[in-house]
Amino acid sequence: MQKMAGSSFPEEVLEHVFSFIQDGKDRNVISLVCKSWYEIERWSRRRVFVGNCYAISPRMVIRRFPEVRSVELKGKPHFADFSLVPDGWGGYVGPWIAAMAAAYPWLEEIRLKRMVVTDEGLELISKSFKNFKVLVLSSCEGFSTVGLAAIAANCRNLRELDLRESEVEDLSGHWLSHFPDNYTSLVSLNISCLTSEVSFSALERLVGRCPNLRTLRLNRAVPLDRLANLLRRAPQLVEFGTGVYASELRPDVFSNLSGAFSGCKELKGLSGFWDAVPVYVPAVYPICSRLTSLNLSYATIQSPDLIKLVSQCQNLQRLWVLDYIEDTGLDALAASCKDLRELRVFPSDPYEAEPNVSLSEQGLVSVSAGCPKLQSVLYFCRQMSNAALRTIARNRPNMTRFRLCIIEPRTPDYVTLQPLDAGFGAIVEHCKDLQRLSLSGLLTDRVFEYIGTFAKKLEMLSVAFAGESDLGLHHVLSGCENLRKLEIRDCPFGDKALLANAAKLETMRSLWMSSCCVSFGACKLLGQKMPRLNVEVIDERGPPDSRPESCHVEKLYIYRTVAGPRFDMPPFVWTMDEDSELRLS
Amino acid sequence: MARAVSYGGDDLNLEATELRLGLPGSDGHEKQSSSATVRSNKRASPDVAEDQSARTKSNNSIVSDAGNGDGDSAPPAKAQVVGWPPIRSFRRNSFHGQAKKTEGDGAGMYVKVSMDGAPYLRKVDLKVYKSYPDLLKALEHMFKFTIGEYSEREGYDGSEYVPTYEDKEGDWMLVGDVPWDMFISSCKRLRIMKGSETGGLGCL
Repeated sequence: MQKMAGSSFPEEVLEHVFSFIQDGKDRNVISLVCKSWYEIERWSRRRVFVGNCYAISPRMVIRRFPEVRSVELKGKPHFADFSLVPDGWGGYVGPWIAAMAAAYPWLEEIRLKRMVVTDEGLELISKSFKNFKVLVLSSCEGFSTVGLAAIAANCRNLRELDLRESEVEDLSGHWLSHFPDNYTSLVSLNISCLTSEVSFSALERLVGRCPNLRTLRLNRAVPLDRLANLLRRAPQLVEFGTGVYASELRPDVFSNLSGAFSGCKELKGLSGFWDAVPVYVPAVYPICSRLTSLNLSYATIQSPDLIKLVSQCQNLQRLWVLDYIEDTGLDALAASCKDLRELRVFPSDPYEAEPNVSLSEQGLVSVSAGCPKLQSVLYFCRQMSNAALRTIARNRPNMTRFRLCIIEPRTPDYVTLQPLDAGFGAIVEHCKDLQRLSLSGLLTDRVFEYIGTFAKKLEMLSVAFAGESDLGLHHVLSGCENLRKLEIRDCPFGDKALLANAAKLETMRSLWMSSCCVSFGACKLLGQKMPRLNVEVIDERGPPDSRPESCHVEKLYIYRTVAGPRFDMPPFVWTMDEDSELRLS
Repeated sequence: MARAVSYGGDDLNLEATELRLGLPGSDGHEKQSSSATVRSNKRASPDVAEDQSARTKSNNSIVSDAGNGDGDSAPPAKAQVVGWPPIRSFRRNSFHGQAKKTEGDGAGMYVKVSMDGAPYLRKVDLKVYKSYPDLLKALEHMFKFTIGEYSEREGYDGSEYVPTYEDKEGDWMLVGDVPWDMFISSCKRLRIMKGSETGGLGCL
């Protein structure tokens, strides 16, 4: 190879050095050093992450990075998880697959989140990439078990098939039988979102012939008495998700299951436990001390049984659980699990105003005091106080993700009846590395002032039913230097703050605002003035120009893009740009 | 937290930025108030508008609440807001069955009950009962018969009647083996088998 003019190292050396750098951000920095580094880097980049599939076109990615082996794409805005994005909004992966099928014959990995995938797309994947290894479909939709059958049948080198929380049209469990008899390379299988039964014998044979299987997450339809057989065929499992964890108590089934669990010496993570019954929980006791990750968020067991279980998991790092654990259970957690890094407490009865369990702010305070490594929290509760939040903040300045959901909107501090501004203010002030924050409860513009002042590392903020005026939004947009994603619903934020901070929007991935006070006129203005933003108005009431310009839009999604406006929008989405005046009139 | 920075309502110094609202007519603030009325009128019913304005905490908090354009009328204060609490649909669907059971709201869980030899079938709402004894007593009352004592080993001992149910997979199961909550969620219909038909289920 030729030595590049003006460079001290031959290309191969630089390429070799670059091969040690995997992180996309680092590679982006490298590519800016000089033209030759840009060239060498782009030919050697193997992994691409596109946080918003509409921020760039497949063609542009392929043109710059011709030798990619791994692609990760995200589609719909996060609030799509909560049904705030109407069906048909977009996020179609089809064009990406088609383009990559032609350009990346050696593609190995596709990871998608909140995208629409079709059976045709899956079939195209299965036939286009001879060395395809990893397919992760997180919260995706649009495909059926027919597509899965194609993947199973054609991907000879498949290692990972992970369907986490996707919505799959489950026509039958037969697709699993499409894995050929000589297929043995499975490392990770997650079918927990599927509703119908897969063929047990096919599953058992598959598990039995794949010696590298590390992760197996079953779906609810797999009965408890089938688990032992599966575990015995895969004693090397590191992560296991049960099916429905309920059955009438039979001593032989129990001891068989317990023995099978014990036989899995590498098992570190458990999940599943749908409808768990207390009598079978002790079957996992023998392995509790090894567990680092436990997802009990579908287990309907009550606090006493949860306490017994959790008290034995001294090495637990991650716990997802229902609020059945109650404050007493969280006390036990705080006492036993000193290595805890992540806690998520989900509500068992979220639509009921009255609490059904004895879970309050106290539980979270306990854990914050007892678990020095706690850095990631998602907590649903019905009451909170500024004092508790202040205590949590002081206890855990190492917090990086703090998502609090007080179930009733606009709930004040239950002790003082004041807004919770000061409490969240304490969180952002003490937790200097806070990256993600979700607010709830009664909040004025003050809390946003605190956030803008202190939350300098904040990357993602979720706001609902909060604030009093545009000032709140202005504080956040002008103060949070590292803000990438902002999602807001039902807040009185409007035109002023948005337009005054328009330039900020180009430094962020996206902004979502629904049921706020942004006028159609402001959206048009923003779209006209900011060509590198797509300003999408989502309104199911009909064309926004059929109403006065001052009328508030239902939903607004703004994201930066180098690909221009998209053309796959449904009838209830309009992109505001220079032409929008012409198109809409 | 004692920073006494005061921000006036219009202190954003808009003139310094290139962008202005530039809309014909009055300034933005007024527009917001008037658009509230406009928007309310577009809502499903006048009740909704009144409800919303009654609940606003300040002039500016004109926010919409339940039912984003799905046409449902007047949500009362405790009505379900779309997408709140923020729980993923995957999780919500897993749970909705559970939550409904404990709340006892909604449509009820009516299943057909047949009794061998009876001229017509009956229907019972499973949600009304808290436990097996509750349900069985009601059935005994409805069909005027007695069921024997349940034991895991023997089934129903002491009577020629045996309560059975059809589960989601279409199998006929003996009532009483599985936990009550699991039974409710899997029971599709009930059948009280009698005498020779029980094939020995009455006393295993």
